[in-house]
Amino acid sequence: MLHTIIKANSYQDSIVLMLLTNKLNTIDGVHNVSVMMGTPANKDIFKTGGLYTDELEKASSNDMVIVLDIEDDSLIDQVLTEIDVFLEEQTKGGGDTTGEEVVKTWDKAFELGKDAGVVVFSIPGTHAALEIEKALDEGKHVFCFSDNVAIEDEKRLKEKAHDAGLLLMGPDCGTGIINGIPVAFTNAVRKGKIGVVGASGTGIQEVTTIIHKLGGGVTNAIGTGGRDLKAEIGGITLKDSIMTLEKDPNTEVVVVISKPPAPEVRDEVLNLLRSISKPAVTIFLGEKPTSHEENLYRAYTLEEAAQTAIQLLNKEAVTAVKETLSVPAHSFKPEQKYVKGLYSGGTLAYEAAMLIKEGLALTGDDHAPEGFILKNQGHEIIDLGDDVYTQGKPHPMIDPSKRKEMLEEAGKDPETAIILLDVVLGYGSHANMAQELAPTIKEIKANAKAEGRELFVISTIVGTDEDPQNIHEQETIMKEAGVILCDSNAQAVRLALAILDHPLTQTDKAIEATPAVNPVTIEPTEAMLALLTNQGFINVGLRSFSEAIINHGGKVVQYDWQPVAGGNITLQKALQFLNKVALAK
Amino acid sequence: MAYKTIDEANQAVAAKIVAGSPFLLDVVPAKSVIPELNEGKVLLHAGPPITYDKMVDPIQGACVGAALFEEWCETEEEARKMLESGEVKLIPCHHVNAVGPMGGITSANMAVLVVENKTDGNRAFCTMNEGIGAVLRFGAYSDEVITRLRWMRDTLAPVLSAALKTKEDGLNINVLVAKAIAMGDEFHQRNIAASLAFLKEMAPIIVGLTEIDQTKREEVVQFLADTDQFFLNIMMASAKAVMDGARQIQEGTIVTAMCRNGYEFGIRIAGMGDEWFTGPVNTPQGLYFSGFSEADAAPDMGDSAITETFGVGGMAMIAAPAVTRFVGSGGFYDALNTSNEMTEICIDTNPNFPVPTWDFKGICLGIDARKVVETGILPVINTGIANKKAGLGQIGAGTVTPPIDCFEKAVLAYAKKLGFTE
Repeated sequence: MLHTIIKANSYQDSIVLMLLTNKLNTIDGVHNVSVMMGTPANKDIFKTGGLYTDELEKASSNDMVIVLDIEDDSLIDQVLTEIDVFLEEQTKGGGDTTGEEVVKTWDKAFELGKDAGVVVFSIPGTHAALEIEKALDEGKHVFCFSDNVAIEDEKRLKEKAHDAGLLLMGPDCGTGIINGIPVAFTNAVRKGKIGVVGASGTGIQEVTTIIHKLGGGVTNAIGTGGRDLKAEIGGITLKDSIMTLEKDPNTEVVVVISKPPAPEVRDEVLNLLRSISKPAVTIFLGEKPTSHEENLYRAYTLEEAAQTAIQLLNKEAVTAVKETLSVPAHSFKPEQKYVKGLYSGGTLAYEAAMLIKEGLALTGDDHAPEGFILKNQGHEIIDLGDDVYTQGKPHPMIDPSKRKEMLEEAGKDPETAIILLDVVLGYGSHANMAQELAPTIKEIKANAKAEGRELFVISTIVGTDEDPQNIHEQETIMKEAGVILCDSNAQAVRLALAILDHPLTQTDKAIEATPAVNPVTIEPTEAMLALLTNQGFINVGLRSFSEAIINHGGKVVQYDWQPVAGGNITLQKALQFLNKVALAK
Repeated sequence: MAYKTIDEANQAVAAKIVAGSPFLLDVVPAKSVIPELNEGKVLLHAGPPITYDKMVDPIQGACVGAALFEEWCETEEEARKMLESGEVKLIPCHHVNAVGPMGGITSANMAVLVVENKTDGNRAFCTMNEGIGAVLRFGAYSDEVITRLRWMRDTLAPVLSAALKTKEDGLNINVLVAKAIAMGDEFHQRNIAASLAFLKEMAPIIVGLTEIDQTKREEVVQFLADTDQFFLNIMMASAKAVMDGARQIQEGTIVTAMCRNGYEFGIRIAGMGDEWFTGPVNTPQGLYFSGFSEADAAPDMGDSAITETFGVGGMAMIAAPAVTRFVGSGGFYDALNTSNEMTEICIDTNPNFPVPTWDFKGICLGIDARKVVETGILPVINTGIANKKAGLGQIGAGTVTPPIDCFEKAVLAYAKKLGFTE
């Protein structure tokens, strides 16, 4: 049944009316509708569209005409309301006004990003080396999230960056804070006078979030990429970063985070740290230091590194922080003997394995099979971020599915006593990981209980109250699911060990004299110092990285990178040829 | 003239686009300026070369309309038989210095605009805009359509011709374009400001043409006042004249023509002269009149993409806030992003036509086929959408892009011409 509504003297341009027509067509019960001005030409269109009525003749060119094909007359009022709402919305404007410019070529990226000090890469690793070089040639620091870059390329590019007075953070650098701006998978940490350099993403996250929780702050946490301290690279980025923080007037304490470096690199780094004037804390994860040096403190856990940095910042004596673990009462079945660690953060898994080995005095082969950080008797620590588990899947910080599956397995295993977890918040991570894991945790605890087993799930939340996720909500969800939450990963593991009656004790370390130092000239370039106060970024690849930068007052040029000519090699060669060919004979 | 590099050649082509100076001189029967139309039964069509059997229904319909208009036959059946038999020679408009909107079907006795590029002395031709609704360019061929074409031939053309001849050099088009771009036209989707500016120039002269019957003068002024898109065809002829002047330089990778025939999209680049590089056309995305959807849309057609080649139309989307909602999710910022993106495939901006809504940046200048291939960014073309069935006319408007194949083929062919071996 056709209905004609004429709104006299109500002019709207045809585009608005087409959009309105589209909207009205979505109303349930509307078979067809058309809204147009009553011009002679439009009346013809009503005809061809099968919506002609005699009343149309009355409409003039200045009248808005609505022809409705409906069964139910009561819809007319709803349609009229929808029209009014729509036309009012139209006048409000809006849309995207962030002014973040999106570009698709280097020319444009460099033109718009001429003030940007840092280029962030998250593109396929096979293309990264070539593109990093372009950024370095343009005098930009590089933060390279991409991995799968050949180590030869890393060495060459890091040397190139060093010679140009620039820092190449990465490849495979997942975390960094530049001038208080989180880059890639990073937490929102308040600014402050502790400067961090790290060859470990989750290591930086754990240390910086604990510093934040203890009231301190980090303005710069420079990631180097995991291979920087290997002998092939020689710690190029790490050393340049330490020198830069040494000369930075806003840094008072320097923290260096890494897995054990190659011996010769380690010596160079320690020598450099002994040469600088600022107090420094090192954590070479996996090494158990037995003493400190003057102004150079050696931590065993990530938590200790953070605590020591805070003590130094507050000009307090460096001592082991005393804690009282509240060990819950428990009664395990005889076969319940083992800890299963299901981690999304690689460094946290590594730290857990280290502490468990020590606490349980585990001996045997240090080489865990593929997919395990530790597999000893029934004790298993797994880094779900390992390539073994992420083939064709997102990282476990984003995608909980694999972890849920393994939680179920660990829960069913009658030998499991304790499950260790981490929930890593921050930019890039899942918006509500606790909510994803909670139902599975409840289920496995309930099933174990039904079988007369008590199952402990202990977790830490790596995050701050400024993160995009709501940390308090995450804590509540985890607690409600029956998880015991600890302040740090190290504490979570210590609690697990205490429950298994193998408590770890922390002791104070003596401070020894500094050994002889080979004098080093410490002269970071202006560009390196400028990095610490950099505001501008060119983000090449994942758009989500732009969000964190903008939220923290940074400026971004988003470069939606694609391989030249869609990756077609022949066309790439043809373009190279045309760009260089001389026309004049 | 020898250029050292492709960049240099491209800059020279772009400089000629900037220097282009189109003037509308006259409106005349097509056969008087296009000799090919006097050689038996000939029709011009839009896009790269095509045979009748490959033409989509609306373009075949327009051919029928033209045959009836030319009185080659009495009925549609006869017309179709004649066309199917190959008795009618089909020539691309572009091959005879012309351009045609949508189907682009142009015959000997249709009136065409004559635009001269004063810089190089070359001319370009285009039929006049018929208005909206059932029109030949969208494949309609009813009596109403033929009657209008005859009125355009017998009344509109002579009156405009007489009016233009009162101006010594003809009508300076760059001036109108510069004015209208500041009034929110982009010259492909929206031409109302330029059409009014044209009417403003013509009306006083037409009123004074006392040797012409008053009824005719009234009809013409009324038609110009009613036809919001009248200037589109003037823009097309002007862009064609300027681009043809620029492509006298036969070096480099600047795109010198883009056009579609409903079957293939074709481009030319400066360094490859007259050669067409083609790929299958896309179907436009856009907004539809009620009762129609993408399912009813004919594939992309028309020479009107010469406007984008010149730097207006979709390339200057931001100039026309009123029509920006045809793009993407449809807001001002989408249009801004679109126009900003277009600068990535162009070598410069044209200082003759500053766009107020773009902070007075000039329109895009010189689409570089290399950049299109490198980035995968395709020129955005604003377009009308025809019903895929002949005779039903326009059903919407929106945007469309060329297939990337055209640009890839052109770049590869030019590289090989210069000695590149795979």
